[in-house]
Amino acid sequence: MNNFKQHSILPGFNLALGFTLLYLSLIVLIPLSAAFIRTAELTLPEFWTIVTTPRVVASYRLTFGVSFAAALVNAFFGLLVAWVLVRYHFPGKKIVDALVDLPFALPTAVAGIALTALYSGNGWIGQYLEPLGIKVAFTPLGIFVALTFIGLPFVVRTVQPVLEDLEAELEEAAATLGANRWQTFAHVIFPILFPALMTGFALAFARAIGEYGSVIFIAGNMPMVSEITPLLIVTKLEQYDYAGATALSVVMLVISFILLLIINLLQWWSRRRSARA
Amino acid sequence: MKITSWLATSILATSLIISGSVLAEKTLLNVSYDPTRELYQEFNAAFAKYWQAKNHEKVVIRQSHGGSGKQARSVIDGLEADVVTLALANDINAIAEIAKLLPENWQQRLSLNSTPYTSTIIFLVRKGNPKGIKDWDDLARSGVAVITPNPKTSGGAQWNYLAAWEYGKQRYGEDKAKDFVGNIYKNVPVLDSGARGSTTTFVERGVGDVLITWENEAFLALKEYGSEKFETVIPSLSIVAEPPVAVVDKVVDKRGTRQIAEAYLQFLYSEEGQEIAAKHFYRPTSAKIAERYAQKFPKIELFNIDDAFGGWKNAHKIHFADGAHFDQIYLK
Repeated sequence: MNNFKQHSILPGFNLALGFTLLYLSLIVLIPLSAAFIRTAELTLPEFWTIVTTPRVVASYRLTFGVSFAAALVNAFFGLLVAWVLVRYHFPGKKIVDALVDLPFALPTAVAGIALTALYSGNGWIGQYLEPLGIKVAFTPLGIFVALTFIGLPFVVRTVQPVLEDLEAELEEAAATLGANRWQTFAHVIFPILFPALMTGFALAFARAIGEYGSVIFIAGNMPMVSEITPLLIVTKLEQYDYAGATALSVVMLVISFILLLIINLLQWWSRRRSARA
Repeated sequence: MKITSWLATSILATSLIISGSVLAEKTLLNVSYDPTRELYQEFNAAFAKYWQAKNHEKVVIRQSHGGSGKQARSVIDGLEADVVTLALANDINAIAEIAKLLPENWQQRLSLNSTPYTSTIIFLVRKGNPKGIKDWDDLARSGVAVITPNPKTSGGAQWNYLAAWEYGKQRYGEDKAKDFVGNIYKNVPVLDSGARGSTTTFVERGVGDVLITWENEAFLALKEYGSEKFETVIPSLSIVAEPPVAVVDKVVDKRGTRQIAEAYLQFLYSEEGQEIAAKHFYRPTSAKIAERYAQKFPKIELFNIDDAFGGWKNAHKIHFADGAHFDQIYLK
């Protein structure tokens, strides 16, 4: 009886669990339920009309689409950065390592303003891109740039510790068994990294969906084109439409929750698969 | 037992001393909209001096700025503003209707519709006016990029929109006004959330050929960035923009600042207050000061919102509410 109790190193399982639940309720569930309660002021048809107007639907597509693309790019380059930081030694490595965290600490509005100044038609980078017909600031591409910027540390910081724990002996063993470099990566290293990479991806994705500060500066905020859902929520609030704003929030919450759940399931599945292999 | 009661008394005493020392210096919070930063910086200093001389009491006025709608919402959500000086009556209406912090007839409490200074909407273009912009028609031409904030979030932008609409109506007729305004907004590449954001986009980022903006904001940009880079264009017709002011009753009664808050707003109507407003390119309402600064403000044919749109509530319902005219522009 009480199997897990005996195996636990830390005493006070009941107390700890109780505290966890209380804490999560206070910090996460109660504020979220407030959003749901506010929406209850609306009837179902009203709710449905608000959350399915063309402008709102366009904003979901933009928010989730661009966030997904940015997280995908971050998953790839974040892995690369983590790899370089763990496996290679070069002068200034400590500084580069610290740079990775900068997007965490920087106020997002500052990031937005800096990126806009850089990529607008008269900016350092923008002035060379504009003649080529590439407009970054005030287009969806600008949103992508901002979301990539803020998402990078999530992937690097989740993959890095796993890479550090990865023993070189595993790769040597693969090599002695005749695996070439690609096979070693694809069959030995990648499956071990994959769950961590998924976590990093999920974090970067979730962060991008909720991002507001940096995006509004660079997006141009044109209805149907470059308007993100969080901006529409703020716009509704500024029109004193509290119920409408919470209706959109609820939709975002539900979609985000489902997506994160799917990612977690994928992670669980891949972990089980690699454990069996 | 004794110790606790002693402790309670001493805590009470300390807190009384602390609050007492705070009371010696009165503070006032003025929640205002985007372009009034510079105006109120100077005005607050002048008022503090006036109040000190009159009542021998030190007053510190804090100011808060942002998009007018956002500021009103902060007050509704509990920001303790003693006075609000916002871009349009509708935002103060919202404070009265939703949070009931002041009576709904607030606008009748001070003279001139509670509007101590007015402004209007004009254009700012790049030096030499390369696109030859002279009037509202030119903003609807293809190939002209127009910068204006989002009327859903910016008070100034609502004035811009209404001025364009009225021009379209007078020039092309009632049923063409919508297409006319639609054509202008098709030329807008960036919709910022506030007037200052649009100024930054136009001035600092170099986006757009023409900025539709408050007269005071246009003159301020000329002053800050130099007239060698920009010039103003005065349209043939524009709107009298009335940014009203009000004391927030529930807040001043709670904080005991009613007397000073009322004096603060009255001071806006005084000669000194009017002069400061004029210096910051707001049109004074006092005839005497207006005359003194007459050469500063270009003569424009002006109309007001009550005559053209039947007041703010009506204008909001027809143009800016969800699914109303402004939303329809983008859904075609």
